[in-house]
Amino acid sequence: MTVLVGIALTLVLAGAAAVVFTDDPQRQAITMSVYGVVMTVLFVLLAAPDVALSQVVVGTAIVPLMVMLTIRKIRDDR
Amino acid sequence: MSRRVRWWVLGVGLAGVGVALLLAFLHLPAFGSSFHPYRDLAVPASVRHGTANVIASLTFDQRGYDTLGEETIFFGSILAVVALLRPSEEERLVRQPDSTTPLQATRLFGYLLLPVTILVALNIVAHGALTPGGGFQGGIMLATGIHLMYVAGRFRSLEKLRPMVVFETGEAAGTAVFAALGFAGTAGAGYFLANVLPFGTFGQLLSAGTIPLLNVAVGIAVGSGGVVLLAQFFQQVFLVTGDEEKPS
Repeated sequence: MTVLVGIALTLVLAGAAAVVFTDDPQRQAITMSVYGVVMTVLFVLLAAPDVALSQVVVGTAIVPLMVMLTIRKIRDDR
Repeated sequence: MSRRVRWWVLGVGLAGVGVALLLAFLHLPAFGSSFHPYRDLAVPASVRHGTANVIASLTFDQRGYDTLGEETIFFGSILAVVALLRPSEEERLVRQPDSTTPLQATRLFGYLLLPVTILVALNIVAHGALTPGGGFQGGIMLATGIHLMYVAGRFRSLEKLRPMVVFETGEAAGTAVFAALGFAGTAGAGYFLANVLPFGTFGQLLSAGTIPLLNVAVGIAVGSGGVVLLAQFFQQVFLVTGDEEKPS
């Protein structure tokens, strides 16, 4: 179990780095969505399914959707 | 303040936080140890009230007042988004062209998963007192599921699926019902949000007293709130236009 948690924590670190180092905000919405899935795995492994459920919906769907819509609005206005 | 001084202030602040965190970490119980004083109190309290999901007991029974606070913050944040993203005086509501056609595979999966997601969401709200999840998780999943209609179709199909007046009312009504259940606790047992209903049989759908009702109230409030929140962003993209860009 500790090994799995270690792997998940490493993936979270890698995912966070991927989000930070993605230049284009539109692509960043996608990497952030993937990062949301990785966080969900970590929460499941840490026996927090309630948090995992919130994370999977908010982190992988709602927030990236808001980011994408905002970017589209800004592009249209230019 | 010069740049140099600002860096110093930042450095001192970071060092202070670092030392405080380090001192705190040194006194933490080891990871995965069996020392859990909070659990030892919370789990029996949850079982006494016939609640299988201890997290639901914590959120709605043992510290329901905090959850009402969180619910109010959610409500307030959405009001703030509605206020910020409303069309300004120079902007007008004009339907923007939506020429995008999603891939056939995307459409298929969207239409297939729309009812499945909504069913799972309702299931999570209904079983909030028994299994992981509850009003918040199910509600936000419901709001997301509805937007699969946008992924699979177009903005116009999404508009037809979600009449805004229903969700605007739902958000307010859900929050109001939560507060009303709190006052019912005051009337029945003398303190706010007291669990006044019969606790039923542990593990049954209608157990845990007021928790299933609170879950439904939160589910309606959060689900509607999520739809209202995203609707403001969709309105900005598909309906609002600046005055200088009047379509000719």
